[in-house]
Amino acid sequence: MLTADRTIAASIMALSIYFMWHATVLPIGWVEGEGPGGGAFPFWLSAIMLLAAGGIFIRSFQADHQMTSEDGRFFDRTTITSVASVAGALIACIVAMPYLGAYIALPLFMFWYLKMFGGHGWVLTLSLCLTTPVFLFFFFEVTLKILLPKGWTEPWFFPLYAAFF
Amino acid sequence: METLALLADGFATSLSWFNIFIVVIGVTAGLFIGAMPGLGSVNGVAIVLPLTFIVPPSSAIILLAAIYYGAMYGGAVSSILLGIPGASTAVATTFDGRPMAQQGKAGLALIAAATASFIGGTIAVILFTLFAAPLADLALKFGPAEEFALVLLAFTTFVGLGGDDVLKTIVMIALGLALSTVGLDLISGQPRLIFGDMPGFYSGISFLVLAIGVYGIGEVLHTIETSKSNPSVTPARLSFRELGASLKLINKMWKSMSLGSFLGFFVGMLPAAGATPAALMAYGMARSTSKDPDSFGKGNMEGVVAPETANNAASTGSLLPMLTLGIPGSPTTALLLGGMVMWGLVPGPMLFIEQPDFVWGLISSLYTANVAAVLINLALIPLFVYALRMPFTVLCSVVLVLCIVGGFAPSQKMHDVYLIAGFGVAGYLLRKADYPLAPLVLALVLGPLMEKSFRQTLIGEQGNILAFVERPLSATFIGLALVFFLLPLFKYLRTSRRRGMTPAE
Repeated sequence: MLTADRTIAASIMALSIYFMWHATVLPIGWVEGEGPGGGAFPFWLSAIMLLAAGGIFIRSFQADHQMTSEDGRFFDRTTITSVASVAGALIACIVAMPYLGAYIALPLFMFWYLKMFGGHGWVLTLSLCLTTPVFLFFFFEVTLKILLPKGWTEPWFFPLYAAFF
Repeated sequence: METLALLADGFATSLSWFNIFIVVIGVTAGLFIGAMPGLGSVNGVAIVLPLTFIVPPSSAIILLAAIYYGAMYGGAVSSILLGIPGASTAVATTFDGRPMAQQGKAGLALIAAATASFIGGTIAVILFTLFAAPLADLALKFGPAEEFALVLLAFTTFVGLGGDDVLKTIVMIALGLALSTVGLDLISGQPRLIFGDMPGFYSGISFLVLAIGVYGIGEVLHTIETSKSNPSVTPARLSFRELGASLKLINKMWKSMSLGSFLGFFVGMLPAAGATPAALMAYGMARSTSKDPDSFGKGNMEGVVAPETANNAASTGSLLPMLTLGIPGSPTTALLLGGMVMWGLVPGPMLFIEQPDFVWGLISSLYTANVAAVLINLALIPLFVYALRMPFTVLCSVVLVLCIVGGFAPSQKMHDVYLIAGFGVAGYLLRKADYPLAPLVLALVLGPLMEKSFRQTLIGEQGNILAFVERPLSATFIGLALVFFLLPLFKYLRTSRRRGMTPAE
């Protein structure tokens, strides 16, 4: 818990410095008769973030704080495997979306989640994997006129476009 | 009198067949979302918000308000039947609701929770109706200086009253505000924080992207971690005989219910407080004023009724500052506010003048949503018992797919979907490390208003920083903000002095 607390505080500090660096593109000081410049808000807010995260970091080394934070681990082995595998599959699905298209990537993700991760039966898995894209198509594309990314599968949809638009 | 006339006009809007239909759909969806352990109103609204483009804004906000309402009712269901709060707002309901279910009185507890929610909601909506117009009138006198001071006050309540780690709260507020500055500078129009000229950042970071990431994906990851074991569902039977018996019992609890309603309403208005502390406070108050405090925690119905009136009243209360001042009272109302901005409406006092149909339509829909929620809640209890048995993986997969597609739909850019995934993982880790997420979302929503009002005031006053304390209203807000900000310091000094004195004694 203590290590995680420090790691997160340190990451936030690094993020603040990164933000501050980028904020300096615009003036961060006081413009006479106008108030703060365009970069002032992001710069000084990130500075506040840096100080507060620094406070959390330093505090974690104090004796009485260590006593209260020592109990309990941030992750146990089973938690980290299940959470990380879902997060990984989700990210893989998102990254694949512009290439495979939403109608391949999303059902694939659902199949992985329901069948391999959740251990559900074929009937439930396949019925959800097959009805979801149909629902998405009719809700987003036909009703809302929002086109989801299709990637390589785009040509498959030409007959459907012709039928519904 | 004028209020009544406006409310009557509002009913003309909200009682159209279409809007009644919307309320029924919203309440039912909200009930299910609220009843699912882990998912609450804020998750429901975040996930559904991108889908609301299908209806006109006035119906969209009615739909979201109905989901919000339904989720407040639904939270009690899993608190009672599973012993797991459906949302943090229903934590206090488990204290006595679960023991009641274990004693075979699940039906009674569910009826009590639904009725109490109805009473809390109704009293709060009446208070809302009375306060809305005067508060909006007051807010019309606000200039940018007052607006800035009020936003500052909203943030300092998180520091002073939030109850979370002060440093972590400050980190989250600053992070949210810094993220809100991404994009084009409000005054000069120049790009800033675009991280090496990434085109996706030019339009800024939408509150929706953060909300879907944190409350959609982050929440699912959190739930995967916490719901390792499959909890057992207590069956509940409802009959008219039980309904009659429980109504008779509830009739004796007016003191707790009215206390809970008023407390909930006013606590709900404060940005940092909201429905969860309101429910806990109402529970504590019901217990301390009871003749038989020892029976609390062992299945006393008053322990179900008090928090349920309070959390529903609070959810209504938090709508009041959102609608009248443009300052949301809770993360869910922050999302509603963001949604309104997305639909081209500007929440705040001018809305009462420019869009009276919209405002009063929404207020009157709260009355109908309340009636619909109590009826649907009671009617669907057998279905909830069934739905709670649904494996969580099924729900999670659907929620994750909706998050991805819902995040893509408004802007139609993959950039936003990548951000959602990033925020989801970051939100999960931050939450695990006890960083409060509500101030982060609120800060992202209110950030542009805060910066704009601050800089507008200074431009108007030729850079005179004292302008904020020269106007009485803004000076008052800033004074209050200072008190809230220093509150944790006072507390710390007091405890450390006490600690310093003990060894000397």
